[in-house]
Amino acid sequence: MYWEPDKECMNREELEQLQLERLQSTLNRVYAHVPFYRKKFDELGISPEEIGSLSDLPRLPFTTKEDVSGNYPYGLFAVPLREVVRIHASSGSTETSSVVGYTRNDIAMWSKLVARILVAGGVTKDDVVQVSFRYGLFTGGFGLHYGAERLGASVIPASSGNTVRQIQIMKDFKTTALVSTPSYAMLVADTIRELGIPVSALSLKYGLFGGEPWSEKMRREIQDALGIIATDNYGLSEVIGPGVSGECLERNGLHINEDHFLVEVIDSKTFQPVPPGETGELVITTLTKEAFPMVRYRTRDLTSLKAGDCPCGRTGRRMSRLTGRTDEMLIIRGMKVSPTKIESLLFEIEGQEPNYRIVIDRKGAMDEVTVLVEAAAEASFGQERRHVGRTVETIRKRLTHELGVTVDVKLVEKKVLEPVDGKAMRVVDLRKL
Amino acid sequence: MLRIKNVESGYGRLKVLKKVTMHIRAGEIVTIIGANGAGKTTLLGTVSGLIPARSGEILFDMKEIGKLPPEKIVFLGCSLVPEGRQLFAPMTVKENILLGAYPQYRKKRGDQVREDLERIYMLFPRLRERERQLAGTLSGGEQQMLAIARALMARPKLVMMDEPSMGLAPLIIRDIFSIVVKLRGEGSTVLLVEQNAKAALGIADRGYVLETGRIIMAGTAEDLLSNREVQRAYLGRDLDAEGTM
Repeated sequence: MYWEPDKECMNREELEQLQLERLQSTLNRVYAHVPFYRKKFDELGISPEEIGSLSDLPRLPFTTKEDVSGNYPYGLFAVPLREVVRIHASSGSTETSSVVGYTRNDIAMWSKLVARILVAGGVTKDDVVQVSFRYGLFTGGFGLHYGAERLGASVIPASSGNTVRQIQIMKDFKTTALVSTPSYAMLVADTIRELGIPVSALSLKYGLFGGEPWSEKMRREIQDALGIIATDNYGLSEVIGPGVSGECLERNGLHINEDHFLVEVIDSKTFQPVPPGETGELVITTLTKEAFPMVRYRTRDLTSLKAGDCPCGRTGRRMSRLTGRTDEMLIIRGMKVSPTKIESLLFEIEGQEPNYRIVIDRKGAMDEVTVLVEAAAEASFGQERRHVGRTVETIRKRLTHELGVTVDVKLVEKKVLEPVDGKAMRVVDLRKL
Repeated sequence: MLRIKNVESGYGRLKVLKKVTMHIRAGEIVTIIGANGAGKTTLLGTVSGLIPARSGEILFDMKEIGKLPPEKIVFLGCSLVPEGRQLFAPMTVKENILLGAYPQYRKKRGDQVREDLERIYMLFPRLRERERQLAGTLSGGEQQMLAIARALMARPKLVMMDEPSMGLAPLIIRDIFSIVVKLRGEGSTVLLVEQNAKAALGIADRGYVLETGRIIMAGTAEDLLSNREVQRAYLGRDLDAEGTM
């Protein structure tokens, strides 16, 4: 099933012609309408006219998160504000948030792209889609909402939070597809278990999860616990929001909507492209956005491009599921530690619910790392202390060994590690205070 | 059917087109809209070989035609209906139409010409009525029909029309545009250059907006019609002035 088969299955040659046309017109527009880009292009002595092929892309300057927040709020808009019909902003995980705008056409285009991703993940117009992303400035809620509506599905704008009520809705409204962050899906799964509701009482078939990286182990757990097919999808507000790429039912990489986004994967040190299959930083150029075009946006997300064709028939190249962030490497006592690495190790140690938080603090001159791990259901109910102690010790040894940094591990009760704003809070760095 | 990449061309020292990239698939109506002097006519002139391309690729049916003389391009199936009709005023309507059949005669397909002429008369009954009249005595709308008829006699796969609505009354424009739609229905592909953006986008599948020799926007006709910049600059509408408050 496809939403726009002529676009999703376009042959490469036709696609590249379309990409070049759209790239050139985007560059002409940003150069004419966005002083920031004109200045940057002029400084590099490059004019849009010099871009005659997709391989000229590396000659263009990058745009960074700092560029976006430095032009807060509307500095990078390419149309007057009166043409903007929607404004979103990324959550303030860094100093200032990115404010992004959409014209009426942008919203229509965005909805179509999200519809593509929903269809790729198994959803049809006959589904009842519960959108449990937070509605608000965050692009997830409204992005998925409009896409699902465009598809013609019955949309329940449940937003996030109040999980017990959400489950009630899920049961009574016969929700067939859940859209949320993967950590929220885990919370739903746990709560259902606690409430003693059998999965058979629900009508769920598909889950589309995004907004944060999640592992294959986590996917298996969600799929098993909720009896669904769980697919991953990717997007970020600086580029558009959800709708950049998404998995098909093969669940082997996320098809990029390449007719709307030009992607590169680069080495974030040398800025050179990395070969297919190798991990690097994802860089995205928008090809059709009117209000908020982006030229070579450095996403800081780490991924790789997959070689080969997908059996589903879509020709959009696939990116691997996110393997981390370039800027989230923790430097602990001089050692680089990736939270994603900790996550995957935790999941490898069987019997652990994949819910955790890494807390870093500095005692005197020493960094101390504590990994809070949510106790498995059995452990929290009257298991012997000795057993719990043994589990903690196993995790501690394994992490310390693999990371090369001494790590303290603590088991915490369920609900201690609640998601914040619908997203799991994985890292708390107290050293910055 | 037609694929243009990075085409640059102009007159003398003046560079009009700057890296124009666009395409048309078989069976599409694609329009290029833009203000006076944006380079629309230059683009059609360049594709039809009347103005040499300085650089870039022009592929027609996957064949590079950028260096071919105009007549070869017509032979390949790409015809131009020029701006201002360019008819032979002292000749009759029929003679003007038959001039367009020149490639068919060259291909020794004289027998087909009669058939084609009949088809043209079906499409433009008015021209049959006036077949012996001198072209110069026709009304503006009829002249435009004649110019289109002449181009069609070459049996083109792609018809390029330069401002067919120019100087015509709104009702006549509607007639001309309904003919364009009919042509597509009969399997032709049409590249339409127009200042009358509203009429052109009304029948086109896709469009490109040309501004000072550069393509600044591309999209479906629907998208362009709802783009406020296009509305303001080319459709003569300003929603804010229309009292949407």
